[in-house]
Amino acid sequence: MNPALQAVITIAIGVGGCIGYFYLANLILDKVLCPARGPNIGRNINRANMIRPWLFLFPAIFALGLYLAYPVVETIRLSLTHRLPGGGYEWAGLSNYRQMMHEPKFWEAMRNNMLWLIVVPAAATAFGLLAAQLTDRIRWGSLAKSLIFMPMAISFVGAAVIWKLVYDARPAGSEQIGILNAVYMALGGDTPQQWLTVPFWNNFFLMIVLIWIQTGFAMVILSAALRGIPDETVEAAIVDGANPFQIFFRIKVPQIRNTIVVVWTTITILVLKIFDIVFAMTNGQWETQVLANYMYDKLFRANDWGVGSASAMVIMILVLPILVWNVRNARREMR
Amino acid sequence: MDNIAGKKSALSWAVHLSVLVLVVLWLLPTAGLFISSFRTADQIAATGWWKALFASEQNLALRTGAPDSARQAGGLYVIEGNLLEGENPDARIATWGTTPRQLDEFKAGETGTTRDGASLTLKADGSYRMESPSPFEGKRGERLFAVAKLPPKFTLANYARVLFSGNATDSMAKAFFNTLTVTIPATIIPILIAAYAAYALAWMNFPGRALLIAVVVALLVVPLQLALIPLLKLHLAIGIGKGYLGVWLAHTGFGLPMAIYLLRNYMAGLPRDIIENARVDGASEFEIFRKIILPLSFPALASFAIFQFLWTWNDLLVAKVFLIDATGKTTVMTAQIVELMGTRGGNWEILATAAFVSIAVPLIVFFAMQKYLVRGLLAGSVK
Repeated sequence: MNPALQAVITIAIGVGGCIGYFYLANLILDKVLCPARGPNIGRNINRANMIRPWLFLFPAIFALGLYLAYPVVETIRLSLTHRLPGGGYEWAGLSNYRQMMHEPKFWEAMRNNMLWLIVVPAAATAFGLLAAQLTDRIRWGSLAKSLIFMPMAISFVGAAVIWKLVYDARPAGSEQIGILNAVYMALGGDTPQQWLTVPFWNNFFLMIVLIWIQTGFAMVILSAALRGIPDETVEAAIVDGANPFQIFFRIKVPQIRNTIVVVWTTITILVLKIFDIVFAMTNGQWETQVLANYMYDKLFRANDWGVGSASAMVIMILVLPILVWNVRNARREMR
Repeated sequence: MDNIAGKKSALSWAVHLSVLVLVVLWLLPTAGLFISSFRTADQIAATGWWKALFASEQNLALRTGAPDSARQAGGLYVIEGNLLEGENPDARIATWGTTPRQLDEFKAGETGTTRDGASLTLKADGSYRMESPSPFEGKRGERLFAVAKLPPKFTLANYARVLFSGNATDSMAKAFFNTLTVTIPATIIPILIAAYAAYALAWMNFPGRALLIAVVVALLVVPLQLALIPLLKLHLAIGIGKGYLGVWLAHTGFGLPMAIYLLRNYMAGLPRDIIENARVDGASEFEIFRKIILPLSFPALASFAIFQFLWTWNDLLVAKVFLIDATGKTTVMTAQIVELMGTRGGNWEILATAAFVSIAVPLIVFFAMQKYLVRGLLAGSVK
């Protein structure tokens, strides 16, 4: 069958089924289960109103439970078991975790993830803040913002291709087609570098890709926050003779501290799960392994579900503090 | 603001300059790939993409017309013609010479002497006139060597190859449709489900509402890596296996917390009067939702739709785990590009073009709907 036609049909079924559920479920509730007529009309309407929220919520609760809550429990279980060759599982205690702790690749992934965790949120937030502050003051600022924001729309894989061309290296003596090596040679470098294979530093070349993508996000949010600062505070500082740097660091930044924290944590969560960029650019070679890619290796290449699940749990544990903090914030807001 | 203190900030020029530097830095990588996708493999290998926009200098070996094409005019034997016709019609000759070692013997437009003693005038556009008092000898024309400036040259051949050739490894056409098949239901289904749930959480009273909202906030940050194996196992056990249904369900599940969170926040901010009035007028909850809430929530729905679209279109991991089986028939563009990076790592013309085919749609959506995207980001993050 023509793929386009197939796509259209499958789309119609998927979306139609969804609309059908809500429409029919309401119809049945109102017309069959608790009809708003007859002797019990009052009781029926009350009953329908009690049932309806759950009717509206059911698909969401079902999907959330099945696709996010259940996997957490199941992953904990898998991380504590061994898979037996014929099928079935045996209790393994913490041996998967112990095995993982003894693998140098795991510690390499941990170290790199920590590096990512420190560098990427800090750099993206700093660049974002800089871009937000600078573009807010000039006439073509919104155009500049659009262009800095644009990488947000590009997939990690697309970004990987884009940056591989930047980092491309040709043998010494021939013309460089990667712009980084071209600049490096023009500045007097001796031989073209294979940037992605230089241990330790190659991590930073991978991080640049994510910083490049996330700066726009930070900029958009911080720029809105900067615009929300009351003018009086800035005016007062100017009257007191503060210079632009003092105004920025002493007046503006403290007032948007909460927003900075939100941006920082949002990027932190993203960094903890970073997979595509490493997978597409180095696949964890040359000491660039990260947790998510380590996990993918274990699950789908080594087929070791126990250790794979254990490493997924490590990611979950690292996310946990942010999760708790978010929930507490949300609850405080609702009161 | 700068004028409050009575003088224009002296930093103004520095601001313009730094923004310009930032923008150029952020654009350069994408521009490089974009330009490369319009160049031939030879061009990409020969020069950096940043030189593609400017005329390039090239050394050409040329040959004049053969002696038998000479005609007599005023007692002289003359051969006329154009050396650049055919192969390089757009090139401009800068200097030329009669031996390959002396490319700058004469400037364009000057008259020189060939080894046979004839006088030759070669203009920049390649037209020449060779005169000699005695007849030209030999079978072939005079050899000439020139330095020519070639204008930038771009080609659409890469796009034709990647989109329409049907070549099994290079063609992105099938992957493009597969991505579309994944993306559209995976965007619409969570919106539908989340809109109803968000309405219930924002405007209906029932026990456990606050707890449910807290759960949604908690699930916002649960890494989807945790879900891979348990869900793949589940899909295989209940017979969905690897396929579109599985990947839609997975994207729906992973996108829901964000969708519910965004939509609930927006709906909770809608004016209470409208909803209460409608209730008093006897509208059912279903009608209120369909006729009042949904139209009013359009901006929030659009914001989330864009997020989810970008996320599912750009996704690699979920597709690899839940969709792409051993036959590779259902491969999506991101997965195919990763594959190309392995098999055609050096073929930048194919790689760049394939990447741009996959990037183009999100970029169009991005620039067309940026307003909603920004709004959604602000609603989803600023607290």
